[in-house]
Amino acid sequence: MNIIVCIKQVPETTEVKINPQTNTLIREGVKSIINPFDMYALEEAVRLKEKFGGSTTVITMGPPQADAALREAIALGIDEGVLVSDRAFAGSDTWATSYTLSCAIKKIADFDLILCGKQACDGDTAQVGPGISTHLNIPQVTYVKKIEEVKDQVMRVERMMEEGYEIIETPLPALLTVVKEINEPRLPSLKGLMRAKQAKITHWTAKDLTLDSRYLGLEGSPTRVVKIFTPPPRTGGQMLQGETQEIVEKLAALLKPEI
Amino acid sequence: MPIQIILEKCSGCSLCIKACPFDAIRILDKKAVVDLDKCNLCGACVTACKIKAILLEKPETRAAKPELKDYKGIWVFVEQKKGKIQSVSYELLGKARDLAQKLSCQTSAVLIGYDLDDQLDEVIWRGADNIYLVQAPEIANFQDEPYTNILVKLVEKYKPEILLCGATAIGRSLISRVAIRVSAGLTADCTGLDIDPQEKILLQTRPAFGGNIMATIISPDHRPQMATVRHKVMQPMPADKHRKGKVIRENFDSSLYKSRTRLLDIVEEIDNLVNLAEADIIVSGGRGMAGPENFKLLEELAQVLGAAVGASRAAVDAGWMPYSHQVGQTGRTVAPKLYIACGISGQIQHLVGMQSAKIIVAINKDPDAPIFKVATYGVVGDLFQIIPALTKKFKTQLTR
Repeated sequence: MNIIVCIKQVPETTEVKINPQTNTLIREGVKSIINPFDMYALEEAVRLKEKFGGSTTVITMGPPQADAALREAIALGIDEGVLVSDRAFAGSDTWATSYTLSCAIKKIADFDLILCGKQACDGDTAQVGPGISTHLNIPQVTYVKKIEEVKDQVMRVERMMEEGYEIIETPLPALLTVVKEINEPRLPSLKGLMRAKQAKITHWTAKDLTLDSRYLGLEGSPTRVVKIFTPPPRTGGQMLQGETQEIVEKLAALLKPEI
Repeated sequence: MPIQIILEKCSGCSLCIKACPFDAIRILDKKAVVDLDKCNLCGACVTACKIKAILLEKPETRAAKPELKDYKGIWVFVEQKKGKIQSVSYELLGKARDLAQKLSCQTSAVLIGYDLDDQLDEVIWRGADNIYLVQAPEIANFQDEPYTNILVKLVEKYKPEILLCGATAIGRSLISRVAIRVSAGLTADCTGLDIDPQEKILLQTRPAFGGNIMATIISPDHRPQMATVRHKVMQPMPADKHRKGKVIRENFDSSLYKSRTRLLDIVEEIDNLVNLAEADIIVSGGRGMAGPENFKLLEELAQVLGAAVGASRAAVDAGWMPYSHQVGQTGRTVAPKLYIACGISGQIQHLVGMQSAKIIVAINKDPDAPIFKVATYGVVGDLFQIIPALTKKFKTQLTR
C-alpha cells in the first residue's frame, strides 16, 4: 500500500505566550513542531506499511524551514519527504492550500491512501483534508479512530462522532483524517534519526507542478483576514474559603441560576 | 511582493510591530522590515500604521468570480441524525434570522434525509422562511458524497448569499467539500457573525491558536459566504407557532445520491449520559482523581445535574476514561454554561478546550494550580470530600 501523509509545521501552542505590554503573541524562541494530530497520521502510515508493505511519503506546504518537520517524520519511519514551498503560495487559505497540495499529490500520482490529522492546532479549521479529497475527487472519511480491516482495496474504518462512532467502508484510493485515539505514536529510533539527517528532501516550487496560478496564495484564496485581535484573557474570579460544608453551601447558592 | 514598506514614509515608530500577531516585523536601520516567512498577510500592521507606510496588495482577480448580486438569502444546513434535527441547527436559524434582518432578506433551511415531514413545522417556528427539503431512503443518514452533491446542486440553483452550518463532525466534513466544489470562501468554527453595515458582507469571527487570538474573516468576492459555527455559542429563537413558511421539495436524479463510501453501522456509546458537545453542564476530572474508580464520584454529580462527564488528557492517557471524553487541544472543544474542573491542574492544552465556558468552577488541592487563573469560582481543597457533599447538596436542592 502506498501512503501519502500530509502534515503541517505549527508553533508549539502550549508555549505560546502573550506579551502583556503589546498584547501580541510572543513567537520568539517558540519551537516549531509537527502538528500534534499529524503525528497520529504518520504513525498510522508507518504501521500500515509494516503490515502491508509499500511506500510512505510525507508532504508539507510551507516555508523552507518546514524541512525540519519532514525530517522528523522520516525519523519516525516515513520513507520520503516532499516540501512544497514557493513565495507564490504565501497567504493561502484552506481553499488555496488544499488546491496546491492536491496538485503536488497528483504529481506523486501513485497512492492508495492519503492520511491527514483531523485538524491543525494553530488554525483549527479541519478543512484542508476534505479539501484535498474533493480536489482529487476521491472518497473521504473524517475523524477516523480505527482502521478495522483492509482487504481487496477496500478499507473498513470507525469514524468518531459526537455520540459514538460510525462504521464506514471505503474503496481505495481514499483520504482519511485521523484522531488521537487511532494509535500511540512511537518515538524516533536512533536509526531513524540518522536516516532523517541524511535524507534527501524533494523540493517542489510552483513551477514544478501543473497548476492554475490564479488559484494560488493570497490571490487564489476566497477568504481575507480583515482583523486580528487578542481577546482579553480570562481572569480568575472568587476563591471560596472555609470548611467543606460551608464551601458546598456557597457554591450551591452561586450556581443555582445555572442549573 | 504582496506586502511592502514604503521606506520614504516609514518613521520607524514600531506601531506595526506591536500590531503584528505573527512577530514578523523588525526595525532595521530605523525602518520596518517584514519577514515574509512569518508574515501571514493579515493586514493588522496596515491598519496600525498611522502614516500609511505599509502597502498590502489585495488582489481581486480570481477566476470564475460569480455575479455577486445574483446571490440572495441566508441558508442554514439543518443537521439531522437518525431523523432527529440537532439543536445546533436551531441555534444557527436563530442567528440567521438576526443577520437576515440586517440584510432585509429571507432565511432558508436545507434539510436532507428521509421521513422528516413531522419536524418541518418546528424548523419554521424556529426561524426558517423556506425549507429546501430533499428526501429519499438512500440518503436517510449523512454520507459525505451524496450530501455534498445535493447541497452543491441546491446552491447552484438557488444561489444563497450566505450558507451556515454547525461546526460538528458532519458539518465540517460536508461543508469543506461543498466550499471547494462551488469555489467559495469558508471560515471554520466561528464564534461571532455579523453584517458589515456598509459593504453588507458577512463578518466571521473565530478563535485561532487555541483561542489566543481572534480573527475576523470575510469572503468579499465569492458567494455564498460560508461558515461553520461553534455549537452552544448562538441563541436559538423560541418556537413561534404563528410563523409561516414555505416548503420546497426537491428531487434529484438518483445518480446524485450515490456514495463510494458505505455506512455500515452507527454505534452509540451509552456510557455517555449526555454527549459533551450538547451538554450545558460538564463535570470533568483530571490527574487529581487518582484513579479510574473515582470517576464514579463525577458520574454521580453529573447524573444529579444532568451533566456530561469530561476528562483531561492526563486522565485519558492514564486509561481512566475513554478518549471520547477528553476535553482540550487534542480532544474536544466545549463551551457549556457550567464547567466543573475536578483535580485538573489547567495546562494550556486543557484550557484552550474549555475556557469559553460561561462559568468555570475549579476544585483542586494545589492553590497554585493554573486552573484557578481562569476559574470563576475556585476551591482549594480535597475533592474527595467536596464532590460527594456537593452531589448531596444539589440532590436535595433540585428535588425540592
